[in-house]
Amino acid sequence: MKLIVNGEHHDLIAPTLSELLTVMEYEGDWLATAVNGEIVHREDRADHALNDNDRIEILSPMQGG
Amino acid sequence: MLKLYDAEVSSRLLLGTARYPSPAILAEAVKRSGTEIVTVSLRRETAGGRSGGAFFEMIRSLGVRVLPNTAGCHGVSEAVLTAKMARELFGTNWIKLEVIGNHDTLQPDVFGLVEAASILSADGFEVFPYTTDDLVVAEKLLEAGCGVLMPWCAPIGSAAGPLNPTALRSMRAHFPDIPLIVDAGIGRPSHATFVMELGFDAVLLNTAVAGAGDPVAMASAFAKAIESGHEAFGAGMLEPRDVAVPSTPIIGKAVFA
Repeated sequence: MKLIVNGEHHDLIAPTLSELLTVMEYEGDWLATAVNGEIVHREDRADHALNDNDRIEILSPMQGG
Repeated sequence: MLKLYDAEVSSRLLLGTARYPSPAILAEAVKRSGTEIVTVSLRRETAGGRSGGAFFEMIRSLGVRVLPNTAGCHGVSEAVLTAKMARELFGTNWIKLEVIGNHDTLQPDVFGLVEAASILSADGFEVFPYTTDDLVVAEKLLEAGCGVLMPWCAPIGSAAGPLNPTALRSMRAHFPDIPLIVDAGIGRPSHATFVMELGFDAVLLNTAVAGAGDPVAMASAFAKAIESGHEAFGAGMLEPRDVAVPSTPIIGKAVFA
């Protein structure tokens, strides 16, 4: 399926957001996720089905002013 | 003590965590500054969660509160979504709300700022709005639910220092009971002392410390400057006058001629 992850096009199999994180080798608790402009909370990722052309943002902490 | 929403802190310096030469220097600068609040951000993770995790574990080890920001957001929906993701990531309702309106000056889009502040306050956030020194905007931010105001004193990272002291003085006079934090534009410790002498409650710094030749020493210098200005404000300063006033009493002075 075609997904846009952090602005980059990917073609991979990931029926849910949790599976996408696994497939793309994300790990740890320091992630926040959104799909198509809506936040998907940590506890909802396993149930959040992905569809073709979904736009996924995966953010983590960084330095800021 | 400085009360920001329900939190009480003794340090009046809030410190940004960006642009330091190394994580070790950042950590030491945080310690030497005595700050109890540091700002952090969130960005697209490209290393599978490992780079952001390592950074935040280091911040947590310093035992300070975090104030996440929405830096770089140029619209209301983008800022609101970023705030929600920050709440999930950092486990705090605090958000330093930035809605940028101009690429060159990084001036806040105050219309979007008020709208976003209203949405976030209604959603349980405790908003720290990065705003201008405009009194009307400040009123609208308070109406939107903000309990703190953070006006710039010059553009972000400019190091120009207070460009409009009259406006800052006016803000202090109009909002005597609202915590006012100067956010952005401070370049040197004397700038920080100056705004604290005006009665501001705190100063938020980043580039002035991180970009200094010795960020750790500069963090220490700013801590002293901010404390000094705050103490001076409380002590009641003299107003300048145009004529001299002898400091040594003249009563009892000998007359030799």
